[in-house]
Amino acid sequence: MNRSIISKSLLIALPMLALGACSSNSDVDAESAEKNATQAVEQVVDDVQTNTIEAIELTAEEQLAQLYTDAILKTTIRFEFDKSLIMPDYAMILDAHAKYLVNNTDKTITIEGHADELGTPEYNIALGERRALAVSTYLENMGVAASQITVVSYGEEKPVNLGHTKMARIENRRAELVY
Amino acid sequence: MFIRFIMTLVLVTACSSASARLEILITEGINSARPIAVVPFKWLGQGKKPQNFSEIIAADLQRSGKFNPLSINNMPKTPSNSAEVDYAAWTKLGIEAIVMGEVKPDTKPGHYIVTFELLDVLTGNVNMADYNPIMDKRRNTVATNQLRQYAHRISDIVYEKLTGERGAFLTRIAYIAVDRKSSHPYQLRISDYDGEGEKLVLRSKQPIMSPSWSPDGRKLAYVSFENRRSQIYIQDLYTQKRELMTSFPKINGSPTWSPDGTQLALVLSKDGQPEIYTFNILTKSLQRLTKNRVIDTEPSWAPDGNSIIFSSERGGRAQIYQVSLTTGKTKRITWEGEINLGGTITPDGDNLVLVSRHNGNYMIAVQDLDSGELRTLTKTQLDESPSIAPNGSMIIYSTVYQGKQGLALVSMDGRFKANIPSNNGDVKSPAWSPFLQ
Repeated sequence: MNRSIISKSLLIALPMLALGACSSNSDVDAESAEKNATQAVEQVVDDVQTNTIEAIELTAEEQLAQLYTDAILKTTIRFEFDKSLIMPDYAMILDAHAKYLVNNTDKTITIEGHADELGTPEYNIALGERRALAVSTYLENMGVAASQITVVSYGEEKPVNLGHTKMARIENRRAELVY
Repeated sequence: MFIRFIMTLVLVTACSSASARLEILITEGINSARPIAVVPFKWLGQGKKPQNFSEIIAADLQRSGKFNPLSINNMPKTPSNSAEVDYAAWTKLGIEAIVMGEVKPDTKPGHYIVTFELLDVLTGNVNMADYNPIMDKRRNTVATNQLRQYAHRISDIVYEKLTGERGAFLTRIAYIAVDRKSSHPYQLRISDYDGEGEKLVLRSKQPIMSPSWSPDGRKLAYVSFENRRSQIYIQDLYTQKRELMTSFPKINGSPTWSPDGTQLALVLSKDGQPEIYTFNILTKSLQRLTKNRVIDTEPSWAPDGNSIIFSSERGGRAQIYQVSLTTGKTKRITWEGEINLGGTITPDGDNLVLVSRHNGNYMIAVQDLDSGELRTLTKTQLDESPSIAPNGSMIIYSTVYQGKQGLALVSMDGRFKANIPSNNGDVKSPAWSPFLQ
């Protein structure tokens, strides 16, 4: 399945998505709305007067849906060196995929675990699996059925960056979500 | 003495780089390598000589770390048979032994007659009737495509005569190459131990890992992802027949052949974490050896087949452990270094060769199993997958140089290293064959 198909299916599931995620994100939205209000103060400077007009804004639900659409198009979860802990930055991405899979129980996903070049190839196969399983556990905790998930570790065998630099290693230690 | 040693190496590097592209690096250590001379073999035919025997033999002997071949430029003369040798001149240079020979076309087309002699310089210089300086002398008819192998055979004979140990120059290595320009980028290849005579034995669109030789040198076990999951296969190198061994859920990894050829040690994570198992090739029965909540991987058989060495994170960071197959008891055997991985016991059972991490660098190291003393043999950052020559004299491993993954050899004493250049793509996971003849 390619990205545009995922994106389209997601749009169909939008109302449900927004509903499901409302509670956790409403605070943030409210705060930014307040900020906008305080900035909308009329400014008067001698001969010239300026005024504000109201910005055309998406509804809270629409904004949230937009956020999830962006998130679900991201399919790479990065990890720290020799670690398999999911970092908070990736929660939104995984939440989006989880909701998609929960709403589309006929869809399956393969989680590929990868490691950087440090350490032996055999050790890195084990490490890659630990990362893929961490993602799998996260999705299952969000309600995705285990039967929808396949886990495979490629260790250090499929780097996305072929270099041997620190940056290359950061890019290479990852889990990939493949539909 | 030391300066002469350096000079010799520079010259050897210069003359071998012409055809073999060999790069020899010197590291620390006292030079205990024995000075010998490999005189260019005399070509008695027309035109270009068919193979540079002396270059192959000198490079073989040097890579073992046990010999220091004299540069051709420093040779007093270049005799091709024992009758022509002025022993005094070689004694003056401190040379212990001379290898020399002649090559001529055979009457049978595509064949050559190769003669060689190995001379003991000290005995020759004494010149007493009862002492024969000729340690070995042979004459063989060799086909054109066997000339290079025959040069390695001479190296084996010389090595064994001079050290008392069997030579391992007529052996092969299996390794993984990744040629990203190819339609099937992941490739299992076999070459002579020095990287020459490369042959493709399997290529795939998906990764291949962890080749391991059967003790008879006829088959390879390896991991293939051809079905988008890890599976262990055995492939017969002569018939090309492939047989699927394991295809359990999750990891099927790190197969290594038992010394008696009946079993594989391997890693499966079907029951949770990666664990070590033995697998009977004939009956397909499994026996689980480890059980805990952390990573256990990289099994390797002790030479006597009675225990298995493996890497485990049970103590926090990865270290090397040994599990007895008779008692089932496990003990930790590495203590030095931040992390130790990929251990193998040397054929004599005395040492453990491993990947040891120090200050974030992964280096090949050897640990004396009695004293526990650990010595690092390499100084580069990303050295891994060490595989030991069947006579225990050298280690082949994968490293990164010039921005590419490639193979390198290091002598067991760590003093000599030679990078094996790869023609196309990254090369890794070398496995040294057993003795093949």
